[in-house]
Amino acid sequence: MSALLNVKNMTHYFGGLRAVHNYNLNIAPRQITGLIGPNGAGKTTIFNLITGIYTPAQGTITLENENIKGLETNEIAAKGVGRTFQNLALWRHINVLDHIKMAHYSQLAYGLFGSFFNTPACRREETRVEENSYRLLELFNIKQHANQLVTSLPYGAQRRVEMARAMAINPKVLFLDEPTAGMTPDELVQMIKIIKQVHKDFKVAIFLIEHRMKFVMDLCQHIQTLVFGEIIAQGPPEKIQNNPAVIEAYLGKEDLT
Amino acid sequence: MELLQYILQNLINAAERGSFYAVISIGYSMVYGVLMLFNFAHGDIFMVGAYIGFGIATLFIGIFAGLLPAPLIFLATVVTTMFLVSWVGVFVEVAGYRPLRNAPRASAAITGLMIGIIFETGVLILLGATRLSFPPLMKSVTYHVGGIYITNVKAMIIIISLLLMVALHAFIQKTKWGMAMRAMSYDFLAVPLMGVSINTIAPLTFAMGAGLASVAGILYGQAYPILDPYMGVIIGWKAFVAAILGGRGSIKGAAFAGYLLGFIEIFVATIFPSTLRDLIAYSIILIILSFKPRGFFGMEHSTKLRL
Repeated sequence: MSALLNVKNMTHYFGGLRAVHNYNLNIAPRQITGLIGPNGAGKTTIFNLITGIYTPAQGTITLENENIKGLETNEIAAKGVGRTFQNLALWRHINVLDHIKMAHYSQLAYGLFGSFFNTPACRREETRVEENSYRLLELFNIKQHANQLVTSLPYGAQRRVEMARAMAINPKVLFLDEPTAGMTPDELVQMIKIIKQVHKDFKVAIFLIEHRMKFVMDLCQHIQTLVFGEIIAQGPPEKIQNNPAVIEAYLGKEDLT
Repeated sequence: MELLQYILQNLINAAERGSFYAVISIGYSMVYGVLMLFNFAHGDIFMVGAYIGFGIATLFIGIFAGLLPAPLIFLATVVTTMFLVSWVGVFVEVAGYRPLRNAPRASAAITGLMIGIIFETGVLILLGATRLSFPPLMKSVTYHVGGIYITNVKAMIIIISLLLMVALHAFIQKTKWGMAMRAMSYDFLAVPLMGVSINTIAPLTFAMGAGLASVAGILYGQAYPILDPYMGVIIGWKAFVAAILGGRGSIKGAAFAGYLLGFIEIFVATIFPSTLRDLIAYSIILIILSFKPRGFFGMEHSTKLRL
């Protein structure tokens, strides 16, 4: 199976602290991979390292066999890595539709000249982007909010806006950082449905950080458990669920006496 | 009736003065929105704009006077100057701010002060200390409408400034770069993840701010035709006051506060002796700020309140 995203021996330090150590990842096309682990294990750091917010001290990262380590964040995004944030990174006071339109930035080829004179080519591109944006809004069930500011939306809907925005860059792999954090049970069920739908419709690979076991077990084909920046166990969900090392990391050591 | 005329006359004068402040202060706000710092070289970019405008105007009048109608020469001067001075803006970003992008904000902010001093002394060395006089790009005509005097230069200053602001608004609302600029003022981190390079947006923002300032420079040269290397200092600081008063990073606020500043200055001058104008005008603004410390259109809370 050829890898879509491949990370080898990635290590990173924050000052003297070794945040991530010898991390390996292999995501096949259309695979859903989960990353679990206690707070402070370095999960979000791994996201930041792969998406170019930090550059790893050691190791290699390739997307479709092409090096992406050391590239600028915007270049990595344009190559096909989309992501959402644990604490929503939305733009207050910008409406939902513009969020999605904005995310088409790297697909818009028009130049300053074209936009100044509003050439037909420029208008065609704008129309295409608008249509595509509405399609995404519909899929994520936020079309009714298109012209509202994001701050006025319920929390679950804000999360869906962020995900729709990440999908608008047309990613090959989608990174979701705790997509259900702070959601009500209803919103949670809806989110699982949406992720499955996105996975099916866009044929995208997904890499997600999550705390809710039910969610991870339900969605992921492969799960990695990270503790103190190191993988202590990985495999299919049913194996992870019963792995003593994982249980220990999450629940503490079992007292057998 | 006489009082009404008096007020209208002063409103027009205030709109003219406010136009300069508004157009210049927008440049401060645009850069703040994108890079979270005020470009303190902006007043001196205005000055450089006026000088380059002076050069272009002299050149074009020399070549085209008599051949082309005056409005066309004026338009050509404005467009050429905007283009050239935009590159001055790009230069300031690339040489001054980019190397310090991750430096503490205070270090980045003083870069602007230093670049400003370099520009002032540069112009002084190149052109000497003699004051230059900006050639008139159109023959001044005074209209007398209902007891109010308005010159064509004044009308043009007000109209061109408004047109520039409308064009800027369209750019920021409609184009992909404009959307990226707006997005950056709310969340810096998520913008590159949309495939947008800060190294495109930042120089573009500086270029647009500088282009606006250069038009203000030409218009200023038409209203007050004396150029000197320090002409950008006071007007730059006043426009900066307008940018703060309007609300940090708010372009709408900068434009509004720019006009407000013009109105306060002119109306203070009609009541008090003109030597006291700035003293009283800026005391009023200080009082306004103490009631509205975030300015008129400042954000309630922003992730970016660092400076």
